[in-house]
Amino acid sequence: MKNAITPEAAADLIPSGAVVMIGGFMGVGSPHRLIDALVAAGRGELTIIANDTARPGFGIGRLISAGLVSRVIASHIGLNPDTQKGMLSGAIAVELVPQGTLAERIRSAGFGLGGVLTKTGLGTLAADGQRIIEIDGEEWLYAPPLAADFALLHADRADYNGNLTYQLTATNFNPLMAMAAKTVICEPREILPVGAIPPDAVDTPGVLVDHLIRRAA
Amino acid sequence: MIYAEEIIQQRVARELHPGTLVNLGIGLPTGVSRFVSPEWGILFQSENGIVGMGARPPEGMEDEDLADAGGGFVTAVPGSATVDSAFSFGLIRGGHLDATVLGGLEVDEAGRLANWMVPGRMVPGMGGAMDLVTGARRVIVAMQHTAKGRPKIVPVCTLPITSTRRVTMIVTDMAVIEPTDDGLVLRERAPGVSVEAILGATAARLIVPTDIAEMQFLRIAV
Repeated sequence: MKNAITPEAAADLIPSGAVVMIGGFMGVGSPHRLIDALVAAGRGELTIIANDTARPGFGIGRLISAGLVSRVIASHIGLNPDTQKGMLSGAIAVELVPQGTLAERIRSAGFGLGGVLTKTGLGTLAADGQRIIEIDGEEWLYAPPLAADFALLHADRADYNGNLTYQLTATNFNPLMAMAAKTVICEPREILPVGAIPPDAVDTPGVLVDHLIRRAA
Repeated sequence: MIYAEEIIQQRVARELHPGTLVNLGIGLPTGVSRFVSPEWGILFQSENGIVGMGARPPEGMEDEDLADAGGGFVTAVPGSATVDSAFSFGLIRGGHLDATVLGGLEVDEAGRLANWMVPGRMVPGMGGAMDLVTGARRVIVAMQHTAKGRPKIVPVCTLPITSTRRVTMIVTDMAVIEPTDDGLVLRERAPGVSVEAILGATAARLIVPTDIAEMQFLRIAV
């Protein structure tokens, strides 16, 4: 059985300087209450690994707007001018990674693999400083695994064993990140009794989840 | 400008093969779907995890868990599927996507596309664009022929390229151009646009066959 804790108690677990993966795609499928608690706790110097930084004042954009993020690893920051400004001024170190490569880097960390080889990014700026590996005369770009201290996830449903289900496009990076962080904290929409989610319906097994966020009072 | 966009969207729609999986980029390419008949059985993929994306829902009927890659609310057509991000890019990189339609900042004589950054000024990130251009079976660039009067089809891209891969086709408000081993070949001209006008608006060398057909559309501009 997992404890269902408050967003504030979960934010207390995360120190300044932590490397934090956050699920979501433009805020869809992000743990919004947990992000709010992290902003309120004021933990700074965070490294955020996520698909994007949403918009100013929304989702991950709230952490950016609060000045709590010093490093971002993402595929897209175009809809958040604050992140772009931070990147151009040097206040935020931004590493841009092609979206499919980002997904596979996270997946390979979580699945115990040494990274992946991809054609994506070969001959572009995305290959700068990266290793190119030749196999049987063919060139591939090496994408190393990417892990984190914490994964902050959204789910549709959970049970008290931590089994999770996702819905529609709110799935995105959440199941990948559930495998790739030392501590996994999930904010489900609802928490059901153990057994209420049939085995075939479970997307992420509860053994991967350390903490569930309690429903809003 | 609306008219120019519709020319591009209608012409691109003719390139889509019935019964295939297609990814439309955010912006101008998204509008291509307006000219695609449901009878063609085309499924639209959105890289955030939908196979079978539908139109924007009526106001008040949005589902907060169902959005496109720009974060805008969409619907899912009957018979659609949703997948996680690794699977979604497996579809893209693995050759399961018949076509991707993307906007462009520049395309050059080698058929290389630049569409993800303007150094020092605009750094949105590549998102899924590099995977799409690298992995889709066909890459169709849908863009205005010029930007503020400046040609976007250039000898060599001055902006960082999205992929070294040669795109399949360039559709603009003036012309259809096909990158080949010999260079860029002019295939079609938009209604009322002369070959001379196209050459004048193109900085790259264009190969001009003797007969240049006028673009044909399946539907008349709405």
